[in-house]
Amino acid sequence: MKGTSLRRVFKNAALLLVLFIILTGLIYPFVIVGLGELVFGGKAGGNLVFVDGKPVGSSLIGQAFTRDEYFHPRPSAVDYDASLSGPANFGPTNRNYIESVGKRVDKLGKENNGQVIKGEIPVDIVTSSGSGLDPEITPAAARLQAARIAVRRGVSKEKIDSLIEEMTVGRELGFLGEYRVNVLILNLELDKRFPLKK
Amino acid sequence: MTAIGLFQILLFIAILIIITPFLGSYIAKVFQRERTFLDPVMRPVERLIYRLASVDEQREMGWREYTVSAIAIGVLGAVILYVVLRIQGILPLNPQGRGSLSPDLAFNTAISFVTHTNWQAYAGENLAYLTQMMGLTAQNFIAAGTAMGVAAALIRGFARKTAETVGNFWVDMTRSILWVLLPLALVFAIFLVSQGVIQNLSPYVTVKTLEGTSQSIAMGPVASQEAIKILGTNGGGFFNANAAHPFENPTPLTNFLQAIAMLAIPAALTYAFGKMVGNARQGWALFAAMMILLTVGVITVFAAEQGGNPLLTRVGVDQAATSRQGGGNMEGKEVRFGPFGSALYANATTAAAVGSVNSSHDSFTPIGGSVLMFNMMLSEVVFGGVGAGLFTMLIFAVVAVFIAGLMVGRTPEYIGKKIEAKEMKMAMLVVLIFPATILILTALAVMTGAGKAGIFNPGPHGFSEILYGVTSAAANNGSAFGGLKANSQFYNVLLGISMMIGRFAIIVPVLAIAGSLASKKAVPESAGTFPTTRPLFVGLLIGVVIIVGALTFFPALALGPFVEQLLMKAGITF
Repeated sequence: MKGTSLRRVFKNAALLLVLFIILTGLIYPFVIVGLGELVFGGKAGGNLVFVDGKPVGSSLIGQAFTRDEYFHPRPSAVDYDASLSGPANFGPTNRNYIESVGKRVDKLGKENNGQVIKGEIPVDIVTSSGSGLDPEITPAAARLQAARIAVRRGVSKEKIDSLIEEMTVGRELGFLGEYRVNVLILNLELDKRFPLKK
Repeated sequence: MTAIGLFQILLFIAILIIITPFLGSYIAKVFQRERTFLDPVMRPVERLIYRLASVDEQREMGWREYTVSAIAIGVLGAVILYVVLRIQGILPLNPQGRGSLSPDLAFNTAISFVTHTNWQAYAGENLAYLTQMMGLTAQNFIAAGTAMGVAAALIRGFARKTAETVGNFWVDMTRSILWVLLPLALVFAIFLVSQGVIQNLSPYVTVKTLEGTSQSIAMGPVASQEAIKILGTNGGGFFNANAAHPFENPTPLTNFLQAIAMLAIPAALTYAFGKMVGNARQGWALFAAMMILLTVGVITVFAAEQGGNPLLTRVGVDQAATSRQGGGNMEGKEVRFGPFGSALYANATTAAAVGSVNSSHDSFTPIGGSVLMFNMMLSEVVFGGVGAGLFTMLIFAVVAVFIAGLMVGRTPEYIGKKIEAKEMKMAMLVVLIFPATILILTALAVMTGAGKAGIFNPGPHGFSEILYGVTSAAANNGSAFGGLKANSQFYNVLLGISMMIGRFAIIVPVLAIAGSLASKKAVPESAGTFPTTRPLFVGLLIGVVIIVGALTFFPALALGPFVEQLLMKAGITF
């Protein structure tokens, strides 16, 4: 290619770049921001959950519950700091990983008054998620914690079990995804129905 | 294989088969500048763009000018993105006050986005909103449009007879963006917002939790970027956790549709190819070969991940699927997706050169992870990136008919064009540059201290991390075994080089073939012509793709995931 035509190529490239950066990098995202706020309001803003008018979290983002009276989430590589995200990236034969899962199994036993049977620990509650912000646990992992919460809140375990049942979300459209319970929503429901006795 | 898993696979395949002819014939019209229903809206925009950029839309280009144009927009795009990343600290729309990136990280990220790789050495949370929009979102469109243009040129190489030219790159790129990528992205982004993907310019929200602590929650214009990242097979996440983040991929439905959307355009391009060369069955043959390879991959990864990790069973963990849990190997996976949603997405993303991840590939079982790696090692032809998947698969088709020709001692032909020495030399360059880059750079990384310093998981898995990273970069995929500490000077430069070779060293021979084919006469079909629309050809094509991939990479895979799988079964840890 000759010098003049090469200059023309780079001129075309530079001008097209500028135009497409404006069109797809400014106009397009702003259109979606506008439409999102207009049509979907709270969804575009992160599905925040309010109690007495104050935000207590997002129904899509997990939180670090540690007290006995609440359901606990999965382990998190970012300690549920939602200004960050990411997985632990442990490989399947990493000794530290296998040992840390073993420790979580033992800790669950202690937290739940020894009512947890080794060999029956649901896998999700002792492994960390892909986002570090998984808002959900499996119904199995929730039931594992029911006895502890029942004692702490002074209600029968059956009531907690049936609450879990009620709050369990099935497969979307009947076949997509897995059965699951949202930890924040579940804990809000606990506070509402079985408030802690002061 | 559970019944529900099987149903989802069949539905997935059925949806792709249904949309392929519609989207494919539409794309063919766009490439051939025929009228479509979007013309009343897009034609004025197109004309305005050409006027402002002083592009003559009637001008045709030879393959050399076409190549130089495609490279020019990549080089200039990288320079602009590099500058934006280096000075984002002083630019507006930066409510979190994010500072500028280091030179090596900015270099890596700029190369990564213009080469359509979207490798994440950066953490999305460290980028300002303006950088995400004008830097990353815009490049997602431009890089995808570039690749679609190259594919259009190669298709014309087959379709045209005794022609000197292969099209106009600026027109192909502009039309790909205006008629295909932008409208689809608009619709998909709005759907994503309806499902809970965020789209705002607010600063991070701080909430007071039920336990009285505070939690800071990231915000940003996510949906607009997520939509094109998936549809354009780009893959660079708005957030560090990419599509595992609930704000990028909030529901099982978004997960399933994202997996479909990744493959939609690459699949449709096979049909567009068939249509433009005058025989839709030529496109379906390529589609069939790709779909068979994809399905085998999905089933294998799902079986491996649902099977779980025997080492966890030993410490008391229950990984069986029951009515109360999905079970399986859940480390690095989200509860809402479970083993199947993660396996399907991981396969789609590695097969289609997307690189968007909804789970930690590093934490997959060794066999599961090896399939993801192998998807990329097949040179990204299992649908592959938009444009790139088709043009690379066409190169393999040329190699396949050449081998068939050798068997019967005839000059091979494909789509009515004689395949001769020049085409074969260029095709072999494409086939060889790719594994050579991966194997040599992997060897370099494992032989140097700086390379080994990046390893996170010990034992054979550490080698897999490096192999996966270099493969992903050369294949322009962008997913990672995320444990690898890739944000070091060594890896930023090494993988930057790998990405550049994987893109630019491939499109030059591809476009050379396009130019050479376009100039040839068409040979009429005769009794001796090897039919390339029959199952026999599909089988031969799959065979060539697998044999080339397996022969070059089997030793490396044996050192990494294969040996790890055996040791895991034997209960050995590192």
